[in-house]
Amino acid sequence: MSAQPKSVGAYDVERVWHDFPILARQVHGKPLVFLDSAASSQRPRAVIEAVDAYEKLHHANVHRGVHQLSQEATAMFEHARERVRGFVNAASTREVIFTRGTTESINLVAQSYARPRLRPGDEILLTALEHHANIVPWQLVAEQTGAIVRAVPMDRRGVVSIDDVAANITQRTRIIACAQVSNALGTVLPVREIARLAHANGAVLLVDGAQAVPHQRVDLAELGCDFYAFSAHKMYGPTGIGVLVGREELLEAMPPWQGGGDMILTVSFAKTTYNELPFKFEAGTPNISGAVGMAAAIDYIDSLGIDNIHAHERRLLAAATQKLTRVPGLNIVGTAPDKAAVISFTLEGIHPHDLGTILDAEGVAVRTGHHCAMPVMEFFGVPATARASLACYSRDSDIDALIRALDKAREVFS
Amino acid sequence: MDLKDLYREVILDHNKNPRLFGKLEPADSAADGHNPLCGDQLHITVRLDGDRLSDLRFEGKGCAISVASASLMCEAVKGKKRDEIAHIFHEVHDVLTHHDAPVPEDLGKLAALSGVRDFPVRVKCASLCWHTLNAALEHSATTVKTE
Repeated sequence: MSAQPKSVGAYDVERVWHDFPILARQVHGKPLVFLDSAASSQRPRAVIEAVDAYEKLHHANVHRGVHQLSQEATAMFEHARERVRGFVNAASTREVIFTRGTTESINLVAQSYARPRLRPGDEILLTALEHHANIVPWQLVAEQTGAIVRAVPMDRRGVVSIDDVAANITQRTRIIACAQVSNALGTVLPVREIARLAHANGAVLLVDGAQAVPHQRVDLAELGCDFYAFSAHKMYGPTGIGVLVGREELLEAMPPWQGGGDMILTVSFAKTTYNELPFKFEAGTPNISGAVGMAAAIDYIDSLGIDNIHAHERRLLAAATQKLTRVPGLNIVGTAPDKAAVISFTLEGIHPHDLGTILDAEGVAVRTGHHCAMPVMEFFGVPATARASLACYSRDSDIDALIRALDKAREVFS
Repeated sequence: MDLKDLYREVILDHNKNPRLFGKLEPADSAADGHNPLCGDQLHITVRLDGDRLSDLRFEGKGCAISVASASLMCEAVKGKKRDEIAHIFHEVHDVLTHHDAPVPEDLGKLAALSGVRDFPVRVKCASLCWHTLNAALEHSATTVKTE
């Protein structure tokens, strides 16, 4: 694989597809058609091998031993942090905190940043399309502090407009938290403009970037939010590892969230001095192999070129949308002009749950259900949807297989 | 696994034209069933004549398996005594969960649900109505006792 990103025209999706060993397997005797990458993407050979090599050759605890293995593991772990920093263009590795994933990152901000600051009547502003992971942590801290959770509405296309965000900011708004890309609808939110609005009104902005980082270039220096959360497993890395990037002065002022080893400088029974950033927020032995895998995933994305992935997915999304629109009785839920890699839909007369079972029998993996976004389902008046989601390895032939499986479902229910 | 075994004619028919669909007013007891995972919602109303379930209706939204199962159940239990209903539930439960259990001959149309056992994630779709009916009957039992 060349180190230079290839041009869009040269994007060879068949070659990319072959980088992912799992995609060659069969399901119920049919070739697997994996269209559930928004739930968790698959791993390329490069990531699997990087984790394997770490386990076989380098594993020891980090930041502790003077012995060779511990030094190697520490170097690999800290190298991963630098790779993550570069991937999203954070200002320094002091701002890059490893967590279990997006959910833990948001909970960390809710408990360590928000909880000590919020007063009764203060407001936390979310949007109507958030994932439960960006709703429930705020409800918990609202209960603990007497703060109020509000949500910016969306329109029938699933668009959250900047005007509606502005209209919902009040003098009491302290925190705005929103997704960069909706997992249920695919809507891309204008996070840069929301960051400006937040700061103009004395609030901070947390962005849930879980569904954004695999699909588009993210430049935090340009984006200007205060906290940014994402997970490795949605960007071709392992599960159980993610990142919180936070502005250094905010992180400095925040108390540790969890106590334990690694997050301290000195401990006595009278007083403990906390470690410096980012270690202050990394109590206990971290997920070292996960960080190694995450770094390998970033290397892999770089080898394809994130802009090339973006262009490939945009083209495929447009083609898939056109094809699906022609399926009789199919209704696409979420039709924002700016969308990423996700098509949620319902099929007239067939419950999404039945659809999921029939597609599965055809080897086609889609997510069916509420996508951890029950308020979104309620807004559109559906109990659930089916969701096909795309990744760097998704092909036109995958969409054709989906269409054939949908025809099969219509046949069963005719 | 065979889709035709899951979506048999009887199931598709009861999904399209659910029997005993609606609501009894007044009713002696009622219960709600909810499966938040797939959004299935069920409301069952019953009328009792002593130990006998003289009439019942169900309404709600759900997948084909949950709607057909509720429709088949309502047909099967209407007019039956509590212990007869418990016996049918027991048989249906076995058919849904034991892969090799023979399908009892007295199960009638409910035997159409036996295809569900090859699709483990769908078993709860088929059993939701039975748990809801049980709740309605238990609720009424305590009500009856206190009267």
